[in-house]
Amino acid sequence: MSVLEVRNLTKRFGNLVAVRDISLTVAPGELRAVIGPNGAGKTTFFNLVSGFFAPSAGSILFAGRDITAVPAHRRVGLGMARTFQITEVFPELTVFENIRIVTEVAAGYRLRPWLNRTEAAELRRRIDETLEFSTLSGKAHRVVGELAHGDQRAAEIAMALALKPHLLLLDEPTAGMGDQETYDITQLIRRLHKVGKLTIVLIEHDMRVVFHLADRITVLDQGGFLAEGTPQEIAASPAVQTAYLGQAA
Amino acid sequence: MTAEQRKHLSVLAAIWAALIFAPYWMPLFGGYTALGSRVLVLGLGAMAVNVLLGFTGVLSFGRAAWFGLGAYACGLTLKFLAASTPLGLLAGTLVGGIAGAILGILLVRRRGIYFAMVTIAFGQVFYYIAFQWQSVTGGDDGLRGFERQPLDFKLFQIDLLHNDLYFYYFVLICFAVAIGLMALILRSPFGHTMIAIRENERRARFLGIPVELHIWIAFTLSCFFMAFAGALYALLNNFADPRMLHYSLSGDFVIMAVMGGMRRFWGPLLGAIVFVVLQDYLSSVTVNWMSFIGILIVFIVLFFPRGILGLARRRSTA
Repeated sequence: MSVLEVRNLTKRFGNLVAVRDISLTVAPGELRAVIGPNGAGKTTFFNLVSGFFAPSAGSILFAGRDITAVPAHRRVGLGMARTFQITEVFPELTVFENIRIVTEVAAGYRLRPWLNRTEAAELRRRIDETLEFSTLSGKAHRVVGELAHGDQRAAEIAMALALKPHLLLLDEPTAGMGDQETYDITQLIRRLHKVGKLTIVLIEHDMRVVFHLADRITVLDQGGFLAEGTPQEIAASPAVQTAYLGQAA
Repeated sequence: MTAEQRKHLSVLAAIWAALIFAPYWMPLFGGYTALGSRVLVLGLGAMAVNVLLGFTGVLSFGRAAWFGLGAYACGLTLKFLAASTPLGLLAGTLVGGIAGAILGILLVRRRGIYFAMVTIAFGQVFYYIAFQWQSVTGGDDGLRGFERQPLDFKLFQIDLLHNDLYFYYFVLICFAVAIGLMALILRSPFGHTMIAIRENERRARFLGIPVELHIWIAFTLSCFFMAFAGALYALLNNFADPRMLHYSLSGDFVIMAVMGGMRRFWGPLLGAIVFVVLQDYLSSVTVNWMSFIGILIVFIVLFFPRGILGLARRRSTA
C-alpha cells in the first residue's frame, strides 16, 4: 500500500488556481522531491498535504485512509510530521529540551504528572538515539536559538524524527544555507532515508540536493503537473528543461 | 553527581535552611515572625501566578480573584461551618480551585491582552459581590468573627493563634507541600508541554498538543494554588476583606513575579521577599510607599528584564 496518495488535488484562491489537478503516489521508503519554478504551487501543495489548507477539490489518502478532512494537528498524531520553511523550534530551550518535549508527546505522556523509572529510562534512551542520529549529541545542551542556522534546521528535523513518523514532509530543508550547511543537511536527510528507512516528501530549490537525494521527482509548473520520473528521466525531459532547468541555467 | 547538580542541591539546602531558621535570624535585621509568615503566603501566591505567567506564558492578571475566594471560603467555613483550621484550608482551596476550573473553560480560547482583560473582569465581579453582600461577607468592613483554631492531635494541641512561631512553621509546612507539588508538575511531561506552549504555541499545536486543554489544566492548577495561599492568608490575618479579590492585589503578585524573575522557579518568592519587606519598612515611614516600589520595578524592568534571579544567572554563565 502507498504511504501517500494524492488524487486530483486542486486549490483555488479566488480566481487564482494555485494547484491544479495534481495526482501522485508515494511508495513506502521512497524519497520524493517536488520541484518547480517559483509560483509553481509547491508550497501550496505542501500545505494541502500537511493539512494547513483545505483543498478546493480532490482527496488525500494517508496509508490508505482518506485524511482530506483531518485537521493538521491530527495528521501529526496519525504519523505525518513536517518541518517548515522558516525553522519552527522552541528557540529559548536547549536542543535536548526540544527533543524531550516531542519525544514525551510522541510517547503519549503529555498529561502525565510524573514518569516511573522504566519509562524515564526508555524516554532518555529514545532522546539520546534521536540526538545521535541527527549528530546533535555534542550540542544537546546548547540553546537552539543560539545555534548556527544549519544546526537549528537539523534540530527541527530531529524533532520531526522524534515523532517517529510514517511520513516526513520537509519544506525547503536547505533554504538560506551555505554550501557546508547544505551538505550536512543533505547527508542527514540521506541517512533518514537510507538508514532510518523513512518515507520522505520534500520540496526544494537546490537542484544538486534534489538530484542527489530523490528516488523520484515530481515537477510542477504554474500550479499544474508537468512531469514525474527518476532523476535521470527528469534531467532528460525536454518539457522540464524548457520550463525549469533551462530557465535556471 | 555532576558539579551542576551539586551546586543545585547546595542552593536548595541554603534556601530551606534560611526559611527554617528565619524566625531566629530575621530579628537581627528588624524582621519579626509574622512578617515571615506573610512573605511565605504572598510568595506562594506569586509562585502560583507564575505557573501561568512565567511557565505557560499566559497573561493572567486577575489572579487575586482565586486568592480572595480561597480567603473568604476559609473564613466563612471557620465562622459558620466548622471550627477547624485544616477544614478551613481545605474548603478555601476547593472553592477557589473549582470556581477557577469552571470559569477557566470560558477563558482558554482567549489570548494575550483579551485573556488578561477577561481575567481581571472576573476578579472584579467577585470583588463587587464581596463588597455588596454585606450580610454574609461583611461588605467593605471585611469578614471578621473567625480565628485560626488550634491543631488537634488528640494527645496534644498546637496553638496556632497565640504563638506566632508555631503558626510560622505551620505556614512553612503548607508552603513546602504546595511548592513541592508545583515543582513536581513543572518537571513532569505535562510541565514540559506548558513550557512548549509558552515558547511557541503554533509549534506546540503541530506536535499534536491540544493547547486549550493544557492551558485550562495549568489555569486550574494555578487557581488551586492561589486559593490555598488565599486561605492561608485569611488564617494569617484572621480576617478577609474585598481588597484580597481586587485587581490591585493581582498587580502586586505580578510585580513580585516580574521583580524576582518569571522564568525561574524561586524568582517570585524572592520578589515577594523584596516587596513585602520594603512595604513593611516603607509604610512605617511614608504612606506613599508604593511610589518607591514603583521606581524599583521600573528600574528592574528596564535594566534586568529577567528579574533579580535572571541577573544571577547571567553572572554565573558569563
